[in-house]
Amino acid sequence: MSLLTELRPDLAAIAKHVKPGSRVLDIGCGDGGLMAAIESEKDCDARGLELDPAQVALCVARGLSVVQGDANTDLADYPDKAFDYAILSQTLQTATRPDLMLDELLRVGAKAFVSFPNFAHWRTRTALMMGGRMPVTRALPVTWYETQNIHHVTIEDFRDLAKAKGAMIEGSWFFANERAIGPVGANWRAEFAVFELSR
Amino acid sequence: MSHTSSTYALPDPLPLDSGQELTDAVVAYQTYGTLNADKSNAILICHALTGDQYVASDHPITGKPGWWERMVGPSKPIDTDRYHIICANVIGSCMGSSGPASIAADGEPYAMRFPVITIRDMVRGLVALLDGLGIEQLHAVVGGSMGGMQALSLAANWPERAARVLVIASTARHSAQNIAFHEVGRQAIMADPAWADGDYYGADTRPDNGLAVARMAAHITYLSEEGLTEKFGRRLQDRDAKSFGFDADFQVESYLRYQGSGFTQRFDANSYLYITRAMDYFDLAEEHGGKLGDAFAGTSARFCIVSFDTDWLYPTAESRHVVHALNASGAKVSFVELSAPNGHDSFLLAHEQLDRVVKGFVE
Repeated sequence: MSLLTELRPDLAAIAKHVKPGSRVLDIGCGDGGLMAAIESEKDCDARGLELDPAQVALCVARGLSVVQGDANTDLADYPDKAFDYAILSQTLQTATRPDLMLDELLRVGAKAFVSFPNFAHWRTRTALMMGGRMPVTRALPVTWYETQNIHHVTIEDFRDLAKAKGAMIEGSWFFANERAIGPVGANWRAEFAVFELSR
Repeated sequence: MSHTSSTYALPDPLPLDSGQELTDAVVAYQTYGTLNADKSNAILICHALTGDQYVASDHPITGKPGWWERMVGPSKPIDTDRYHIICANVIGSCMGSSGPASIAADGEPYAMRFPVITIRDMVRGLVALLDGLGIEQLHAVVGGSMGGMQALSLAANWPERAARVLVIASTARHSAQNIAFHEVGRQAIMADPAWADGDYYGADTRPDNGLAVARMAAHITYLSEEGLTEKFGRRLQDRDAKSFGFDADFQVESYLRYQGSGFTQRFDANSYLYITRAMDYFDLAEEHGGKLGDAFAGTSARFCIVSFDTDWLYPTAESRHVVHALNASGAKVSFVELSAPNGHDSFLLAHEQLDRVVKGFVE
């Protein structure tokens, strides 16, 4: 399972819970690490959507099927329920309208995996409270004026959004220090969260 | 690099979209690299409007290197050490395959008696060649511009014949603007008295002036404004001041005239008429009930579509239209818009990311 163990913890959690043989759309697939892993280890049929042409070129060179495009607009090109899973890893907080993107995820995919950095992690809270400035932390390493994260979100915010959208939470996984942690106090303790949704 | 030059005589008449058929048709082609024992390593490269089969070997008339030598060769992105490359002159052209300059059954050149052909007819000719060569499935079909149209047409109409389909700077239909520019070119040729309704093959003069103007107009569409400005700006040609006349004062004029006259040395005006017509008729969706997605229904080939951000002849939106259709039909498709300054012509020029995409996709 070499490809799976090389993945970032949130991606590894997603890869672990994707059912073998599924059709998967990885939105913001980057260099295609997750796609390659689930294609080779779980026999999935994976497609990617990625904004950066250099990353797309890398993916194509790896033999992956990746379309260059903007998740904010181009998910509209995919038919309803074209995939068993739509995956959005660490991209929700960069979306122009995260709520609409969530709708699109659950339209093109029967289920969705969403991972994001938790803005309510204690380090972030402390940095804001003590420093009085927008936090720059391990999980959020970029200054406020350069970051692509235009819609910071907490675990509780995400639960609220899922509920408002009528999405069912099928599973949730939390991470701190690149390790999985339990759900108790996750909104304080987790640097990253992964949710599996259906509707 | 081993390469061969051959002409294949089609054993059967070639049926055409017009309802006519082309008898005694021949297809001239080049091959590079060795075909393996199970004939599974063949890559068909489809050429553009004024291209030819000399993709990676010197052009017999101009002596210039092959038109895609930077892409095709030993250890190049399309590696002739590993793959058997086939590049054939399309039907209707003038480099050895049947076209308007070919001799008809009555011993005279066809000229305008040559049947009007389509992109699909060209591909029929290519498929007949593959049949003749005993190649059931191509490892890949690759084409830029009109070559991309052929690749798409092959994928749509003969879906089992190619495992990989690479389409660069192309489109699934000719737009009104595309047709308009071609019409300017055709009218330039047909307005040349030397064209003589196409019957110029035995005459002392040929419609070189008209063909040169057609090429000049088309050549502008292959470049970007940015590229033209960078290359020529408003700089004057071999003079310090404007001449207040109609010589080529500007470098860009001189360049276009050179491109135009050079083109007449190697290309037949009637072929230009026929091939531009074929491109204008191209609308892959129309061939498949009006829905492009249906053209690719059930395909198991992998697709890669590439566009360039400064290509205004076949802009990225046209490639996205193809990608959208492929997505809708569930095909495995990759797409990338590459950044390049040189407009449509970018697909022929050095581009590191293009090389990486082509190499990665083909392997």
